[in-house]
Amino acid sequence: MSANHPNNVEKDKLIQELGYDDHFHEHHHGDKYQTNFLTTYIFSQDHKIIARQFLITGIFWAIIGAAMSIIFRLQLGFPDADMAWLRPILGHWITINDAGIGRLDPEFYYALVTMHGTIIVFFVLTAGLSGTFSNLLIPLQIGARDMASPFLNMLSYWFFFMSSVVMFYSLFISTGPFSGGWTAYPPLSALPQASIGSGAGMTLWTVSLVLFVVSVLLGGMNYITTILNLRTKGMSMWRMPLTIWAFLVTAILGLLSFPVLASGFFLLLFDRSLGTSFYLSDIFINGQALDRIGGSPILYQHIFWFLGHPEVYIIILPAMGIVSEVLSVHARKPIFGYRAMVYSILAIAFLSFIVWAHHMFMSGVNPFISNFFVVFTLIIAVPSAVKVFNWISTLYGGNIRLNTPMLFCIGFVSMFISGGLTGIFLGNSAIDIQQHDTYFVVAHFHIVMGVAAFFGMFAGVYNWFPKMFGRFMNETLGKIHFWISMIGAYAVFGPMHYIGMAGVPRRYYRFDSFDAFKDFDDLNKFITIAAIVTFFGQILFVVNFFWSMYRGRKMTEQNPYGSNSLEWTTPIDAGHGNWPEKIPTVQRWAYDYGKDDKEFIQQHVPLQEGEEPSSH
Amino acid sequence: MIDKNLGPSRYQALRFGLWIAMASITMMFAALTSAYLVRKPAGNWYEFKLPFQFFISTILIFLSSLVIEWAFQSFKKGNENSYKFGILASFLLGISFLGSQILAWKSLTAQGITIDLTVSGSFLYALSGIHAAHVLGGIAALMVSLLTAFLIKFEVSPMRILKFDLVRQYWHFVDILWIYLLIFLILQ
Ligand code: HEM
Ligand SMILES: [Cu+2]
Repeated sequence: MSANHPNNVEKDKLIQELGYDDHFHEHHHGDKYQTNFLTTYIFSQDHKIIARQFLITGIFWAIIGAAMSIIFRLQLGFPDADMAWLRPILGHWITINDAGIGRLDPEFYYALVTMHGTIIVFFVLTAGLSGTFSNLLIPLQIGARDMASPFLNMLSYWFFFMSSVVMFYSLFISTGPFSGGWTAYPPLSALPQASIGSGAGMTLWTVSLVLFVVSVLLGGMNYITTILNLRTKGMSMWRMPLTIWAFLVTAILGLLSFPVLASGFFLLLFDRSLGTSFYLSDIFINGQALDRIGGSPILYQHIFWFLGHPEVYIIILPAMGIVSEVLSVHARKPIFGYRAMVYSILAIAFLSFIVWAHHMFMSGVNPFISNFFVVFTLIIAVPSAVKVFNWISTLYGGNIRLNTPMLFCIGFVSMFISGGLTGIFLGNSAIDIQQHDTYFVVAHFHIVMGVAAFFGMFAGVYNWFPKMFGRFMNETLGKIHFWISMIGAYAVFGPMHYIGMAGVPRRYYRFDSFDAFKDFDDLNKFITIAAIVTFFGQILFVVNFFWSMYRGRKMTEQNPYGSNSLEWTTPIDAGHGNWPEKIPTVQRWAYDYGKDDKEFIQQHVPLQEGEEPSSH
Repeated sequence: MIDKNLGPSRYQALRFGLWIAMASITMMFAALTSAYLVRKPAGNWYEFKLPFQFFISTILIFLSSLVIEWAFQSFKKGNENSYKFGILASFLLGISFLGSQILAWKSLTAQGITIDLTVSGSFLYALSGIHAAHVLGGIAALMVSLLTAFLIKFEVSPMRILKFDLVRQYWHFVDILWIYLLIFLILQ
């Protein structure tokens, strides 16, 4: 196309006005991104800084969410222990009886469980994981100077932040945070008088999550637009690293499912504050009938799980992407079955929209319809198995570096296998009717989603820490952290499968008062102790993280791992705009390891004379 | 989506971003209307006539959509007066759409169909109310266009075409969304 083609002229004018440069815009442009302290560190529009903001806010919430679980595990493991020492932190939620012994208030027990679930699922594993790595890696790995709209990207963080503040505030109000479970099923969530946390606590919870939905949508819009429109020259879809594929599909899942959740919440808010009865029917409180008729709590469950099931993949797909990338880099081998990996991501994403009702086998859903959901639920196991097979094949015969990121990748694969297997049990409605609302389900989802996603996140943090902060995290501490987490996770969640099969229900305040469950007192103590040890293992990570930010070994070369993808072609201390000069153009896919006797060939290295583009 | 000869550019991206936003709003209304469909056969469903104001508001928003299209074409042709007039007119029509929605709700309440009377009524309020909230977003965008039209020197630049185009597309979108909702409610 000639330079004076009318389209080009128009585009040049636009570029001038928008101040954007693309790769055909040659000169240096550092001045365009000039900033002061506030716009550099607080209201930054640089995706790399926003990534750090997401990560650090995520770590903050992870500490709070995990600490809550330790408190309620103490209650379950040692229901007769004196908890008075927690009073300075928990205030009137620890009641002191006549004998001077402190007890955790049962209402507050439920609030802790609810907050733990909400915080970990949304604030840590959605915003903390996907927000951090999508922001950090999308522009860097596809060769873009920033997101399509850096401004909306910044807003996405600040909506998350506001959502955090509202939720944090709800922890301190006198009636306490919401206590009806992280899924917020009505009627508990729809009737302010249902329990004490159902009042102001629930209102704040909903407001917080609506803000959160806005954050996810703004972020997701940017991720998709950026990936589809701003790839550097030569970065075709089939040359993108698997991380990018995973982030793309995750964002699509989010954009299709979070609005549905939002509409469910709107109806819930109407029920709570305007007297409608979308979800409420024929309810008696203290023997008095409410004047609500005709609503259906099952309707809420459909809406919630239409988000809820994709949400578990919104959490796990980014972790899968990170693991695929890191595993391949540190095995020094091309990822096995690149295309199969992409197709399986797409298949999982598609299927995740049509299986939601497997969470409702016990909700009075027509058994014939249930069968449909059983079949599709079990089909998800196929693409999941493809991924596991490909990871293991990538490792097989690799020149493996057993560093911390790699250990966490292997841990991820292990957890994903264990949790996927129990998913197959639960996917059969006949078995699920037994196991629903027992510790078996708790064990299943903690292993497959909780621990696996955390492992993916750790792999990512250890691996890209130098890219984020210009320093390395400490390897020895990292390895200790890994082994405590790995053994700890199985020690905590392994026994839960067993007590779950024995019928111990979830969401109970104490078990020792039931004859049927007395036998599990010792196991419950064991789980609690394992959880405490694992928790302290995580403190190691937090210490390592913040210590290494300032004191860690400095990064001296641009590409310390000998990795192929573009993020390692930017300067160690890259400014806003990522590449001070032209953006590299891409000549090959991201996994040319061990080709032509070279250990690795970066994506922007031109093809040799007569060299075929890598097949994948 | 991406012009291979020119390489990526962010201005195409913005338009694409808007489409994604519209897709996600569509999902939200798909959820609300399927909730309606799921709930209806369960009984306890009062039937009543849609207030006639809904039909007036349909005409208003449809006109508004036509006018903004005309304003957009005039703008591209450099026809300043019809551009300014068109923006103003579509803005006013948009406001009167909201006004007539409010009248519709008032007439419903006057007939005794309050938001908490029955689920069928609640749905009516919820659907039209949540839609109105999205129209309000469009009105805010139109307001910015209006200020641009009257306060900033007239100039047909690609950037301004782009910005106007985004507003226009969103405005058409909420229009079509309303027509969808109305047809949905009539068919039910
Ligand atoms: C082979 C694949 C999988 C199958 C067949 C499967 C099946 C199921 C079923 C049937 C349930 C409902 C159990 C009940 O509540 O009675 C369930 C619960 C759950 N699953 Fe999976 N699952 C699979 C993989 C996953 C993955 C990959 C994740 C997360 C990344 C996940 C996260 C969850 C969560 C969070 C719950 C519990 C939600 C709650 O009630 O709080 N599952 N799974
Ligand atoms: Cu599910």
